[in-house]
Formats: sequence, structure tokens, C-alpha cells
Amino acid sequence: MLAIVIEWLNTLFVAPFVDMFSLPDFLLQVLWEGFVSGVLYALIALGFVLIFKASGVFNFAQGIMVVFAALVLVSLHAMGMPAWVALALTVGVMGIFALVVERVVLRKLVNQPDAILLMATIGLTLVVKGAGQLFFGGEPKSMITEELGLPTGSSDWEVFDGIVIFQHIDIAAAVIAILMVASLGVFFSKTRIGRALRAVADDHQAALSVGISLNQIWAIVWFAAGIVALVTGIMWGARSDVSFALEIIALKALAVLILGGFTSIPGAIVGGLLVGIGEKLFEVYWGPIFGGGVEAWFAYVLALVFLLFRPQGLFGERIIERV
Amino acid sequence: MIYREAGQYKTSYASDQALLPIRQDRIGLLLILVIAFVIVPIFGSSFFLGSIMIPFLVFALAAIGLNILTGYAGQLSLGTGAFMGVGAYACYKLTSYFPDVNIIVHVLVSGLFAALIGVIFGLPSLRIKGLYLAITTLAAQFFLEWCFIRIAWLYNNNDSGAIEVPRRYIGDLALTGPTATPVTRYLVILSLVAIMTLVAANVLRGRIGRSWMMIRDMDIAAELMGIRPLRAKLSAFAFSSYYCGVAGALMVFFWLGSAEVEAFDINHSFLILFMVIIGGMGSLAGCFMGAAFLWILPIVIRFVPSVLGIDMLAATTEHISNIIIGALIIFFLIVEPHGFARLWQIGKEKLRTWPFPYASS
Repeated sequence: MLAIVIEWLNTLFVAPFVDMFSLPDFLLQVLWEGFVSGVLYALIALGFVLIFKASGVFNFAQGIMVVFAALVLVSLHAMGMPAWVALALTVGVMGIFALVVERVVLRKLVNQPDAILLMATIGLTLVVKGAGQLFFGGEPKSMITEELGLPTGSSDWEVFDGIVIFQHIDIAAAVIAILMVASLGVFFSKTRIGRALRAVADDHQAALSVGISLNQIWAIVWFAAGIVALVTGIMWGARSDVSFALEIIALKALAVLILGGFTSIPGAIVGGLLVGIGEKLFEVYWGPIFGGGVEAWFAYVLALVFLLFRPQGLFGERIIERV
Repeated sequence: MIYREAGQYKTSYASDQALLPIRQDRIGLLLILVIAFVIVPIFGSSFFLGSIMIPFLVFALAAIGLNILTGYAGQLSLGTGAFMGVGAYACYKLTSYFPDVNIIVHVLVSGLFAALIGVIFGLPSLRIKGLYLAITTLAAQFFLEWCFIRIAWLYNNNDSGAIEVPRRYIGDLALTGPTATPVTRYLVILSLVAIMTLVAANVLRGRIGRSWMMIRDMDIAAELMGIRPLRAKLSAFAFSSYYCGVAGALMVFFWLGSAEVEAFDINHSFLILFMVIIGGMGSLAGCFMGAAFLWILPIVIRFVPSVLGIDMLAATTEHISNIIIGALIIFFLIVEPHGFARLWQIGKEKLRTWPFPYASS
């Protein structure tokens, strides 16, 4: 009996670490893969946070916006446009999308409870999904990576008597993500609109009273989230294909948000990296014990356990409830 | 004129507290039951019974389950599909271990397993609320889906990974399996749904149900007034999951005949959530209206092009119905956040004052 228990403890808590350190180059590879998917989770989560901060709407449609933006881009290019024109047009489409959402959905639902707004975005998800499948077809498409000037290929790094392979597109994804977060940071702190956004996030009524137009701000913030979605779509699409399966992956961003807190941009990034790296490590080193496929639920269970100890997330504001 | 309770005096406490205090409501419900139990099985074609009525009843039951949790107890759940799956797999295991016990007993018992799992995943609700809770139910959804694929014991280690419904009889009458007629299956489901709806209606207006609504309306205030959140929330999870589990078992055993894990995926959870939203949160009648609407609408959309003579791919109609359903959800949330149930309520108010709408009632 004791031997069985010890063996179990061994397979659960000792053997995976022994595996890790006996093949350090493989560990590095796993960490890098986790880091890259973490960056992409963080990008999706970033779109959520932008909208949540400014309008208190938990935007369930962010995942489908990623797919939609990527599909528009690919399809415009397939119609014979040069990549850069297609990109510019896609940005325009996301702008129109933001205006329509603000006009048709958000403006009518001001001051409704959170749950109603969440469900409205679920409805929006269905509309966008149906429209996307109707116009672009349901089959997966490949992203126009080279035409956009994104690097392809890979380089090897020899270390610990082995090699670690870095796909160039992954490096580009990480760099672009960092650039985007930095420019968002500058946008929020240095520009007039950015400061207005922060004011709205802080207090809707106070912002209104100093002459900030809520409707305008919401349209801008949905547009910003649309651009984040486009970038995310390009990066995800370059790694795999552009398909509606991405939508399920985008649900993982919810777990990321829980870890990071709904209102924190640094939280979204740290949460994304935690989920991405944690999930890859767990899948590779602990997955075989459970029979594989644990990636499907690891993020949610991690978020669940985390929530029990810190309900407001890593960087979230403390939740104070009054009667 | 017709729908007016004037002159219906209540002479005892029992009649004052009756489930349906107004005579017209009682007559209406009786009419619906007669139609459902007698007229539909006699005149309905097997397509109508098997592809419209049976799924409608299954989804209505699942929607009642979710509505108990989300509409009455205020705990948003995105894991309905998985809880239905627990019921279905539990029923499958039970009937392979005890093939001689009546299948209906198995269906009812399998709900208990779903309730147990529901309570386990409901535990976090004691600490987390609202949107955050939606994530924990997502964890339930994906974790349970994974279990349905990876734990081969659940589907008796067969190669296909699907659960096949065995033939089960009551006397000589086939209840499940390929030989069961749609009429038999319809009547079994209808009876169970009718009884369980009655139970739900009574639980919801009783002590437990009212404690759920207090938790929903303001949990801290409810706690200060002596409601134990632990008991109220977990009982809501257990009750809701029981209904979902029974609905899942009914779905596989009396409708689909065999099922793989895809039958319990997240889209399913969303579909049932939509039924609850469109039907009306916190209304049992709304569950039936929402389920009927969302199940029948895509079928109608599928038939419209062929009636009009337009050639359209099956996939295209599905996408169009997606768009329409999504737009309707947004429309309902904007115009009538309480769904069909509130429309029905308004209609009844109008009927009461008709033909003198300006008379104050």
C-alpha cells in the first residue's frame, strides 16, 4: 500500500521534474512554445480588457472578432488585392463593425446588468459567426503570411548539447505583441483620447459631466479591440489556419482574464503567459499520466483553483460589496 | 372578457395558495395537457413526433434545469451540456450494470449523479459570483467533455467511443432502442417532463425556491436575513443539474438512440442558455416557449427556401438561422429582456382589461 502511494507521489511530483532537467534543451523548447501561445492568449485577453475597462461589457465576441478579421483579410487578398491594401481595408471594416456595434447594441443597452450585456455579446457572436460563414465559407484558409512581409522559416540555437528551434513567425509575434502593448500604453497615458478612455473606465458619470462623449469612446474602444483582434488573427492564422475552430481557443482567454483580473492590461499579459507556459508544461510532462489531451481543460481548472484563493485576479481591483 | 378572474372568490387557504388560482389558467393548462397527451400522439406523424416534439420536450426540460440555476438562483452557467452528458453516461452505465431494472428508473436515478457532479462544480460559487462563475462552469464543461473522451469505462470500452442505446422493454412494449415507436418515446418523455415541471413549480414557490430568489436578488442581504448561501446555492446547483442530467439521459435514450461526446459540447450549453434567455429568465412557461422557438425556428428556416422554390445549400440555411437567432437574442435583450414569458404576461394583462383598456384594474 505504502509502496503504491510512494510510486504515485513519485510519478506526480518527482518524475516530471526529473524528465525536465534530464533534457534541458527540450524543456527550453517547451517553454518557448508555451511562451508564444501565451503571448497569443494575452493578445486575445487584451481585447477583452480594453472593452471591459471602458464600457464594463464582458465582450464574449472577441474570439469571433479575431476569426472574422482574419477571414476578411484573407478573402480580400484572395479577391486580388495587394496585401497592404487588404490590410488597410480590413482595418476599415473593423472600424465600421465597431460603429455598428456601438450604434445598434451598446447604445440601447446602457445601464443594463452585466449578465444582460454578456448575453448580448453572445448573440453578437452568433451573428458574426453566421455572417462570416455565409460570406467566406466554413472551410479553413491559410493566412497570407509572406505577402504581409512577415518572416517565415526558423533558426536553431545550440544549447545544452541539443538544439532549440525558433520559428521566425513566433519571434515576430512576440515582438509585435510587445510593440502593441507598448503603443497601447503610450496611447492610454499620453493622448487626449486615451486619457478620456481612462476617465470613462474610472467613472462613467463623472466622465460624462466633464464633457466626454460615452458613445464616441465606446466606438473607439471597440475599434481598438478590433485592431487587436486583427493582429491576433494574423498571428494565430500564421501559426495554424484561419478557421472557426479558433473561437474555442479564444474561450481560453476567459481563463487568462480570471488569472490577470478583468481590468488590468499587465494582468492580461502575465495571465496569458502563465496559462500558455503552464498548459504546455502540464501537457508535456503531466499529460501522459492523465492520458493526454489535458490542454483542453488545464487553463480553466487553473483559473478555478486560483479564483478560490484570489477572486479578483492577480492585478484586479479589490472587490468590495455593500448592501 | 374571457380572461378575467372577477367573481372567482377564494373561500379557503388551500384555494388561495393553489398553483393556478385563476380558473381560466386551469382550463387552459388542462386543454394543453389534453392536446399533448391525446391529440398529438393520435394525429402527429412520426416525423412530427420524433423530430419536433421529442427534442422540444428534452430541451424544455434542460432549459428548466438551467433556468432554475440562472433564472431563479442567479448563478450563470455555461456547463449545461456537460451536466446533460453526466446524466446520459450515468444512465448508460446503470443500464449496462442492471439491465433488468426499468429504464425509466435508471433515467431518474442518473439525474442524481449529475446532481452530485453539479454540487462539486457548484462549490466555487460560494466564493465567486457573476461572470467569474461562468468561467468555473466552463471548467466543468471542458473537464467533463475530456472525461467523456478519455475514460473508456464510461462507454464500456467500445471502439467507437459512442454510447449505443440498448433495447429495453416494459412488458412487451419497446421503450428504447431501434424498435421503440416515436409515440411510445414521446409519451414517456411527455409524462416525465410534465411531472418534473409540476415538481419544479412547487419547489420554486416553496421555501427552497424563495431562498434561491433571495440569493439571486441580493445575496448579502439574503444572508443577513438568515438564508444560508451554502445551502441555497448548492441546492440550486443540485436541483438544476438533476434536471439537466435527466434531460441528457432522455435525450440519448429516447431521442438520439446513440451519442458521442459532440452531443454534449459547448454549443449545446449555449443553445440551452439562449432558450432560457429568449423564453424568459425566471419563468417555467418561458422555458417551453424558448425551447419551442429555438428548436422549431431552424427547421422552419430550412423549409422556407424549398417552399419558395429557391435552391439553397443546407450549410447556408444553417448560417442564416445562426444570424437570425443571434439578432433575435440581441433584439430581445434590448426590447424585452424578460423574453417570451413577459410578452405572455403583458398579453394576459391586456386580456384582463379588454375591451376597456383604460379601466384601472
